[in-house]
Amino acid sequence: MTAYEAVIGLEIHIQLNTRSKIFCSCSADPWLAEPNTHICPVCTGHPGVLPVLNRAAVEKALRLALALDARVAPVSYFARKNYFYPDLPKGYQISQYDQPLATGGALPLEDGRRIRIHRLHLEEDAGKTRREAGRRYIDFNRCGVPLIELVTEPDLRSPEEAAQFLERLRQLVRWLDVSKGHMERGHIRCDVNVSVRPKGSTALGQKTEIKNVNLIDLMRPAVEQEIRRQIEVLEAGGEIEPWTLEWDEHARVLRKMRGKETEADYRYFREPDLLPLEIDRAWLDEIAASLPELPWERAKRFQEEYGLTEYDARVLTGERALADYFEAAVQAYRGPAKAVANLVINQVLRLMNEQKLTWEDLRVTPARLAAMLQLVDAGVIHKNALKKLVPLVQARDQDPKAIVEAEGLAQMQDTAALEALCARIVAEHPEEAAKYRAGKTGLLGWFVGQVMRETRGRANPKEVQAILRRLLEG
Amino acid sequence: MLSREEVLHIAYLARLELTEEEIEEYRKQLSAILDYFERLKEVDTEGIPPTASVLPPRTVLREDEPQQGLSREELLANAPDVEDGQFRVPPVLDW
Repeated sequence: MTAYEAVIGLEIHIQLNTRSKIFCSCSADPWLAEPNTHICPVCTGHPGVLPVLNRAAVEKALRLALALDARVAPVSYFARKNYFYPDLPKGYQISQYDQPLATGGALPLEDGRRIRIHRLHLEEDAGKTRREAGRRYIDFNRCGVPLIELVTEPDLRSPEEAAQFLERLRQLVRWLDVSKGHMERGHIRCDVNVSVRPKGSTALGQKTEIKNVNLIDLMRPAVEQEIRRQIEVLEAGGEIEPWTLEWDEHARVLRKMRGKETEADYRYFREPDLLPLEIDRAWLDEIAASLPELPWERAKRFQEEYGLTEYDARVLTGERALADYFEAAVQAYRGPAKAVANLVINQVLRLMNEQKLTWEDLRVTPARLAAMLQLVDAGVIHKNALKKLVPLVQARDQDPKAIVEAEGLAQMQDTAALEALCARIVAEHPEEAAKYRAGKTGLLGWFVGQVMRETRGRANPKEVQAILRRLLEG
Repeated sequence: MLSREEVLHIAYLARLELTEEEIEEYRKQLSAILDYFERLKEVDTEGIPPTASVLPPRTVLREDEPQQGLSREELLANAPDVEDGQFRVPPVLDW
């Protein structure tokens, strides 16, 4: 039997987080807005209007291009892509065609393998068609929202790699402040080109296109299914046809879509209403100089500089705000970074997740986080108390020290009192003490638990254990 | 001369339904337009680089400041069918 390998390329549309649209001044964040309230004569295709390009849209596209190490064209052009659909009021989409903004470049996967970028260009989004009870409603709010279209080379070899690419691209666009990257809001939309070939072959097989793989979790089932189908067709001596497919979420299968218009049918031509886009060298240099350390570069540095594991470094660089938070806490603490990493991952991120907090909502500041760790180091609180302390700092918006005092979270420093308490507990439970002495030493934990309960967790468990052992065995 | 099929294809791309008379009429008119452009080929362009625009090659950029545009009422004023602040269009467009 022939062994096959999959060849996968992605076409991704990224909605930019500019304030206004790409060619007019309407608000570019139509999420949850009432239909047809972010509209003007330009984005609704009224006669006699002219598009004027948004500087921020160009700048964000350049940021992404530079971060991907792509070649930015000194001059690029806009073109009209003509097609007829009710949510496209002009009858054409302004896009870039033969001379895109940038070409080349790559995005590295986790293992370092570079997935090459074919091209990257700017274009405008279309409106939305809502289908309801056999009716069609048109909302133009999204018309003219800026998009980057990014096309990869067919360098991906598995659904897992494709999912990872999409996840990393999402991380990057959020990191660069290019897009909000909310996939469930359609900020990132992905079409997947899939073909298979005998392993070892370098020729490309006939491909099919899967439209709208817009959630990372959808990548694996959809692409796996198509790879399996293509292999079955080839094994049966058949030929792959250039289908366009769509995921049916209800049946969880891919379905063939209607015949698409071909490239020639779009009748692309240069947009006569816009001048060529010339990228000033000084501007480009300025943008390049302002690029932040990229997430994977930062993860590598976290491993080297702070001795973090690969996993911790990757988690802490998932978002730029998180990486900044972690580093600010490390600087404030001056102790081992590993302790900060544990506290952030195990307590802070969990708290944010449970309470659905944003970074703006977070009251557990890096300074407060550092102060908590310093209280542990000074023996004022036991590290087990952090689990309780972190949500209290968030809820009360107070410094950890004040809360430790108010809540009596400090460890019992009075050894004599602790000894007395342990002695009382042993005396009150003669049966358990006898069992322990008869060899059931596992009961030690139970005794420790009793003492910890009496002290409301304020005793140092190690100390309690030592005292109890002495009392029970002495 | 454009073929009948070519005219029908162009009409399909614009989602237009043509009568038999219109097909014939547009076949002649579109052909005449194309023939007119053919005359450009008579100009000797040897050694002249292609020109996409005669304007200075530098687009004007706008600052990213949102502004209020049209009101919804103004936008929908000329629409043939409106419901819930939206344009209503025939489902036949899903072909």
